Amino acid sequence: MTISSKTPSPSEPSVRRSMSDYLSPSARAIKPSGIRRFFDLANSRKDVITLGVGEPDFVTPWHVRDACVASLEAGKTQYTSNAGTPELRGAIGQYLNDSFGVAYDPAKEILVTVGGSEAIDLALRALISPGDEILVPEPSYISYSPITTLSGGVAVGVETFAEHAFKLQADTLRAAITPRSKILILSYPSNPTGGIMTYEDWLPIAKVVEEHDLVVISDEIYAELTYGSKHVSFASMPGMKDRTILVSGFSKAFAMTGWRIGYACGHPELIGTMLKIHQYTVMCASNMAQVAALEALTNGMEEMYRMMESYNQRRRLVVKGLRDIGLQCHEPQGAFYAFPSIASTGLSSEEFAERLVQEHGVAAVPGNVFGLGGEGHLRCSYATSVTQLNEALDRMGAFVHKIR
Amino acid sequence: MNEMKFKVLELLKEDARRSPELIATMLDKPQEEVEQAIAEMEQDHVIVKYAPVINWSKVDDQKVTALIEVQITPERGRGFEGIAERIYLYPEVKTVYLMSGAYDLLVEVEGRTLNEVASFVSSKLSTIDSVLSTKTFFILKKYKQDGIIFEEKEGDQRLLVTP
Repeated sequence: MTISSKTPSPSEPSVRRSMSDYLSPSARAIKPSGIRRFFDLANSRKDVITLGVGEPDFVTPWHVRDACVASLEAGKTQYTSNAGTPELRGAIGQYLNDSFGVAYDPAKEILVTVGGSEAIDLALRALISPGDEILVPEPSYISYSPITTLSGGVAVGVETFAEHAFKLQADTLRAAITPRSKILILSYPSNPTGGIMTYEDWLPIAKVVEEHDLVVISDEIYAELTYGSKHVSFASMPGMKDRTILVSGFSKAFAMTGWRIGYACGHPELIGTMLKIHQYTVMCASNMAQVAALEALTNGMEEMYRMMESYNQRRRLVVKGLRDIGLQCHEPQGAFYAFPSIASTGLSSEEFAERLVQEHGVAAVPGNVFGLGGEGHLRCSYATSVTQLNEALDRMGAFVHKIR
Repeated sequence: MNEMKFKVLELLKEDARRSPELIATMLDKPQEEVEQAIAEMEQDHVIVKYAPVINWSKVDDQKVTALIEVQITPERGRGFEGIAERIYLYPEVKTVYLMSGAYDLLVEVEGRTLNEVASFVSSKLSTIDSVLSTKTFFILKKYKQDGIIFEEKEGDQRLLVTP
């Protein structure tokens, strides 16, 4: 702490700086998340049904929790190696190869992190020079831009559209590229849109990435939650593996959000640099959570598929329900969000979401908080019980009917 | 059994009041197909009955339930069937299973008081000719039945709105 060196000498008048003067300009530059306000609004009512939750409604399967309990009983309370336990890295390597056809060397190319969020932060910190531009297809998860700002980069939104089912289009991407463009952050299946990218969808994007020599951070945290077609990892596209950092984790597919276990896979030099930052900042991910994650990968696949099937059933219910209300809703094919358009009601996303929670007790997240292309939409998570979903749809129907 | 019927059963098992329309939406099938499947399963007694799962311990008029291990001598030609029927026809008897292992039938008996159940065992069950022995175990508390946990500790513990 250097505050003492700034203390004026007794002879000078004592003019204290305010605390905000001490704050770093980049930290000051980032805005608090727009989601926070809706959390407070939802909390102020008692009977709220929430479609605003970005996590599974399942508790982590018992065998996974039990493995953690056993590890505590066995005294596994120490640090692990910085990159994560060799067993877990090995299992992650095997799993990625089996499920998505991407081969990584667990010794040099896989890093276990504190959630996928840390992996994204590490990747950006390892790559960004001041002023670099980071391309972020939007609407997107809310963290990419702020983390970019903190690392001295400049986030550049690339809009995606409902009429393309929120798939990233090569020409829109190309139009956003400048000589300062360095990194493309991909996040499919998408939170908040539920959009996915197929092999055919990726081909033209891979071409642009190659042409402009971009590095890609591919956040594939929802990889297991696709409905109808199997997830295609961007790292599995021809020629893309070496320029892609694959980020994923256990939160969504294995219902393990609170455990904070994610991972990054990529070129050994890049992973090595990320590991350096990781070892100085967090040392290692939690030991017992790594034990649980290993159990999830080893014995949890069947349970994971069961949960996925359950999301799929609820996805159909919500999409039909929203369309029956008269809201346009593209077919979300991944994650657990529907992203209907509320533009036909004449309200802005914020107004709609605010009145919906205040007048009808249904919480959802207004699309505008997710960046470009989000205005006019509402993120509705269907990771909630069928009974609650039906009730929420009834209430939304009443609201839409009232304002039309 | 086809896969669709199986999925219909799973959804009904979670909540028997789900309408064919809702199930059809959730499974992405035509409603008529779901209705047809349910009708067939009702006819084939795959679906035997739609009954609520009740936590009787919450009801004022409490019940006493016992599990009784029954050893019997099988009858020539009929095995355990006749004797099982003689037992399950009593309205006090809620469940009868034929078991492998040290005894033959596991019988669940329900009554209003401990005495009522005890007297059922001594006067009705033990007196059947082929019954060799009975062992009665009173149930003190039901934690879980048919995959349904009776007293979930916590409801949804998630924050109401998260990114």
